Amino acid sequence: MVGEKMPDGSHPVRKDFGTLPALKKLMEDHFRELDRASRTGAQKVAWCTSVGPAELLRGMGFLVYFPENHGAMLGASRMATELIPYANAVGYSPEICSYLTSDIGAFLQHRTPLQKAYGIESVPRPDVLVFNTNQCRDVKDWLSWYARHFRAPLVGVHTHRDIGEIRGYQVRDIARQIQDLIPALEAVCGRPFDMDRFKQAVDLSLQTSRLWRRCLETAAAAPSPWTFFDAVIHMAPAVVARGTRAPVDYYRLLLAELERRIADGVAAVEDERHRLYWEGMPIWGKLRSLSEHLSALHACVVASTYCNSWIFDQLDPAEPFESMALAYTELFIVRDEAYKERYIRQCFDRYRFDGILFHDAKTCPYNTNSRYGMADRLRSALSIPTLTICGDLNDLRCFSEEQTKTNIEAFIEQLEE
Amino acid sequence: MNCGKLYAGVDVGASRTKAALLDARKTVVGRAVKKSGTDFAETAEACLESALESAHAKRSDIACAVATGYGRHNVGFAAETKTEIGCHARGCYLYFPFSITIIDIGGQDNKIIKLDEDGRRIGFKMNRKCAAGTGAFLEEMSLRLDIPLEEMDGLARQATRPVSLGSYCTVFTATEVLEKIRQGEKVPDLVSGLFSSVIQRIMEMDSFTERVVMSGGVVAYNPYMVTLLEDRIGRPVRVPEYPQFSGAVGAALYAMHL
Repeated sequence: MVGEKMPDGSHPVRKDFGTLPALKKLMEDHFRELDRASRTGAQKVAWCTSVGPAELLRGMGFLVYFPENHGAMLGASRMATELIPYANAVGYSPEICSYLTSDIGAFLQHRTPLQKAYGIESVPRPDVLVFNTNQCRDVKDWLSWYARHFRAPLVGVHTHRDIGEIRGYQVRDIARQIQDLIPALEAVCGRPFDMDRFKQAVDLSLQTSRLWRRCLETAAAAPSPWTFFDAVIHMAPAVVARGTRAPVDYYRLLLAELERRIADGVAAVEDERHRLYWEGMPIWGKLRSLSEHLSALHACVVASTYCNSWIFDQLDPAEPFESMALAYTELFIVRDEAYKERYIRQCFDRYRFDGILFHDAKTCPYNTNSRYGMADRLRSALSIPTLTICGDLNDLRCFSEEQTKTNIEAFIEQLEE
Repeated sequence: MNCGKLYAGVDVGASRTKAALLDARKTVVGRAVKKSGTDFAETAEACLESALESAHAKRSDIACAVATGYGRHNVGFAAETKTEIGCHARGCYLYFPFSITIIDIGGQDNKIIKLDEDGRRIGFKMNRKCAAGTGAFLEEMSLRLDIPLEEMDGLARQATRPVSLGSYCTVFTATEVLEKIRQGEKVPDLVSGLFSSVIQRIMEMDSFTERVVMSGGVVAYNPYMVTLLEDRIGRPVRVPEYPQFSGAVGAALYAMHL
């Protein structure tokens, strides 16, 4: 699919953002700081799952490293598929999370995309590993492997699942679990918990969330100033640096650029004819080819569950534990089917898309929502077509390029009939 | 033969390439099929030439051509490409112009396409990244059993106690078949079991609307599949005039409207 052509024979124009150098610098600073700390021991490093209690860790002075971000980098750099078998060979099934298997495979092979990007030889050594099972059980198993390897403490939060209406006991329980992490974390960082610093981290995370939401919502404009394929790249600061000042500054820049694009009538996809919603994980190794393919068909993926999942605007510095608990309990991924359908219907009202692409990720059942009839139910409820693409977040052995391409083209043909 | 304006459709499939020529009245006046091989462009050319020969027509009689199938982008003479899903839909709707569910069993993939009464697609599904239930599955099994593909339909019809094969995957099914051979099952019963497993995979893909149409090369050469599906769903299954050419005919219909 690389080098996809428009119907007139030209190639789709990729409209890079002026903020890209700032994004690259933010990410480089993030990894260099972690690398320095890992090599010198100057600062403690906590490994944290993507929607783990990062605000608490920031508030306690940890540098925070996110293995899932590293997993996505392994996927995007197309290193993952060749590294997964090394984890399979030590007992981690090819059927489980391919972030986990590619990341452990990479570690076993002493490889990381950080080498090529920044000349950094290895992921940082953890002083503590902190999980929240809200993403899946796999994240706990993943961090457990490293905890055993590094002989580092592993602590975490066990989430509630299949949540319909959020109950007080659920929020209180998660808040309590977050509070209960403090003694173990104090023992690692060697200083007492500082409530003011924690509140400051929650406040910065809230500011990041609000700005990220505003950035995503610019895609309600027609034509949209950006696509899902842009957003998954620009999402990185919200993932790796929430609870710090850097993403707040970055998203102000990005929001300004997106609003400028709208004002100037700049479309992410030339002659935008079809607006789509992406449900499920990105296929990291195929971002560019899918983006170009859809662009060539004048289709813009304007919204996604995935990018929306880093909006935590329930955070409240005045009630840091409870609001973190609420934010992490309101997450799409831990909700029941009825909530998820309602959520996508609300997105439909905002973004007015013409169809939904469901990604059935072979190794990620938690982020795959097409397996229990949701696609058919939403097709009926919204009177728009849906398409399920079989693939995976990182394991490209589960992805058929030609079959996917044909499915997408047929889907667009259907929209045009 | 003076055909007037002809419209060509070429379906470069994973296994076979099919070409169909339609006249202005949408009648199939020429057709040809060849193994797709490794040079799709050359095969498409050769296939079109054979179709022209069968229609007693020449290249200049072709007003427009459209390509479809996995190799559609390799067909240099096509004015446009369309997906095989769209082409099978049009090709079948030509013969059955009402609300239908189309089941296409191809060499490498299966499709289920639902059309409304106006021929518009309501939805479609293709098989997952797995050859179970496709023509490739039957080819693999014919090799394993050392039975020529063209004899399988006749053998399946002779079955008296068809075996039940429960595996989902081609490799596992092959193992299961070996086990059945060891148990002394008769070849016709095994082949009928293989056909039934193809039907089972199809039925797992989607629900069907009232009127069902089957197309594709597997059905063209193994019409017993149609009988088996009729038995399973308890109603008649329609088959177009040239089931293997539905995609090519659909592509020619697209060519007519360019």
